Amino acid sequence: MNETSAATPGLAEETEAAAGTVQSTDDTVGEIYVDDPRMTCRNVDVYYGEKQAIFDVSLDIGKNQVISMIGPSGCGKSTFLRCLNRMNDTIDGCRVTGQIKMDEQDIYDGGLDVVPLRASVGMVFQKPNPFPKSIYDNIAYGPKIHGLSDNKEHLDSIVETSLQRAGLWEEAKDRLDQPGTGLSGGQQQRLCIARAIAVSPEVILMDEPCSALDPIATAKIEELIDELRERFTIAIVTHSMQQAARVSQRTAYFHLGKLIEVGETDQIFTSPRHKLTEDYITGRFG
Amino acid sequence: MNNQQQQHQKTMDRVQQGLDRRYRQERHFRWLGMGAIILGLVFVSFLFITIISNGYTAFQQTYVKLDVFYDPEMIAPVGETNPQVLSKADYGGLIKASMRDMFPEVTNRREKKVLYGLISSGASYEIRDAVMNNPELIGTKGEVWVVADDDFDMLIKGHIDLRLPESDRRIKDNQLAWIHDLQEQDRVEKRFNTTFFTAGDSREPELSGIKGAAYGSFFTLLICLVLAFPIGVAAAVYLEEFAPKNRWTDIIEVNINNLAAVPSIVFGLLGLAVFINFFGLPRSVPLVGGLVLALMTLPTIIIASRAALKSVPPSIREAALGVGASPMQTITHHVLPLALPGMLTGTIIGMAQALGETAPLLMIGMVAFIVDVPGSVMDPSAVLPVQIYLWADSPERAFVERTSAAIMILLAFLISMNLLAVWLRKKFERRW
Repeated sequence: MNETSAATPGLAEETEAAAGTVQSTDDTVGEIYVDDPRMTCRNVDVYYGEKQAIFDVSLDIGKNQVISMIGPSGCGKSTFLRCLNRMNDTIDGCRVTGQIKMDEQDIYDGGLDVVPLRASVGMVFQKPNPFPKSIYDNIAYGPKIHGLSDNKEHLDSIVETSLQRAGLWEEAKDRLDQPGTGLSGGQQQRLCIARAIAVSPEVILMDEPCSALDPIATAKIEELIDELRERFTIAIVTHSMQQAARVSQRTAYFHLGKLIEVGETDQIFTSPRHKLTEDYITGRFG
Repeated sequence: MNNQQQQHQKTMDRVQQGLDRRYRQERHFRWLGMGAIILGLVFVSFLFITIISNGYTAFQQTYVKLDVFYDPEMIAPVGETNPQVLSKADYGGLIKASMRDMFPEVTNRREKKVLYGLISSGASYEIRDAVMNNPELIGTKGEVWVVADDDFDMLIKGHIDLRLPESDRRIKDNQLAWIHDLQEQDRVEKRFNTTFFTAGDSREPELSGIKGAAYGSFFTLLICLVLAFPIGVAAAVYLEEFAPKNRWTDIIEVNINNLAAVPSIVFGLLGLAVFINFFGLPRSVPLVGGLVLALMTLPTIIIASRAALKSVPPSIREAALGVGASPMQTITHHVLPLALPGMLTGTIIGMAQALGETAPLLMIGMVAFIVDVPGSVMDPSAVLPVQIYLWADSPERAFVERTSAAIMILLAFLISMNLLAVWLRKKFERRW
């Protein structure tokens, strides 16, 4: 994890020479707006106690799109993601300022309570964290507490469609009453995705969902993300640039708490406009 | 290359030189550890052997067979057999008559008294109960097994040293002769001591039992559990899950940890001052005992419960919050069920501690001599450890074995409670 100055002088000259490359600036490079946003964030600052972790981030998250957030460790991408469903509320001393709206409702301003917010903004975590209950109960839990099912049959069908959408139905249909913790790592993560989509959220946040998985399981999840895009808006934090390139339509590059550059994934990976982005995606640091 | 090899050789030599010393240290350390464990085992087994060898005889009691004539003259002189008359009759007289019949040579008044002393003063109650259950017995003659006096019992169990001069013995030579006669006639038998489990305390060892103390302990622990468990768990959940982390909660935490280390007698004094003197609750009752023990056990339960809550991985909380569960739902649906085994373990260990606690109960008067078995939390009663303390203080030889027997019962309760805690932990242990 290096500072901007870590780029060697020689490289700096090189990039300066490249036409259209923007040098360091505090403003985000690229188009933060989208035509059809599901969530809009404006001037978001996040503080952990005295320490500021996110600096003035503004970003739109488009409907039925996958947006990936990349950047070196500690750049604040996970912190930003956790602002979107107020998971940061659970951390002592964490403070969020600025404005985050979902469908024109401010999620921090009392416009939307945290419980319905989290029901419509689901989350998948870095480490698969199924409840130590049966596979069925894992998925049925959300619909149950929100009263989404009218009866047992309805609940059964929610469980089935969620598992099918998460691509786990074939593997799990005969063992619904067995503990979710008995599945393999990749299956557990797909179970967590099924649990998230069981409450029919509009947005799914994924915090490095594949970092604990092997390549085959990762490939399955990536495939799944692509399918889920039809129904859900997905924001994914990832360490793997290849993954970002494979699954997302837009990419946001974070560096030291600032949103440096955002744009179409193809553009970011082929012709980054900011030097830091270029250094990162070409593997000079990170 | 050569230089490198030399260097390598040197390192090896150095390591070799110190190797013996390193391994020696390791061996010594292992021996020390083994020694400590063996020493501990020796102490524990010594304790158990002493207690069991002293106490196992208390589970048997000497009985004497008497030929009793249910003399209508003595039981119901006017021919009435209603319970009021029957309960007041002189059944001791029947026993005495029976004894006189068996030993007609004893005529001296003082000797007679010594002779009657062979039979427990409680024996007349046995005969009374038999007659009251079955008034038909009046006028008939029958064989009855009655409880022998404690000194008689001690002699039969071999606890009286006959080599001592007569004046130093509790059993005199003439008594020895009578007992010998009784044995000749097969009138003496050791039987299982049911009295020990069905009676309360008594001045007569052969009539004393632990039922009163066991019930007292039960009621006390009941009150203790009913108060300490919910309050302790609620306090732990609040402190761990809801309370902000600031100076106040830090102070509370330090104080709870300190309270766990406060000598138990201080809680007894507190109970005396607050519950008895201020609130005017009666002395010697399990209610107050339970309140005091609840105060004493609370810190243990809170600390154990907080540790159990802490050990629930945060990922479970995040998962529940992530699907939109409210904080309360997260706790009741996910965190508490996972923390419960740990909480229960802590609670059972706290209860076991409370079961063995004597000092605070002395302060609130549970050390009184109470014969009746308590029927509720408001009846005066003793508890097991206090009963042990009282019996250990009694001069009669027969109380020695009863003390040990009571310790065995208490230990059995403690061990089974701890086993329950281990079982619960094993059964509900989850892996993530």
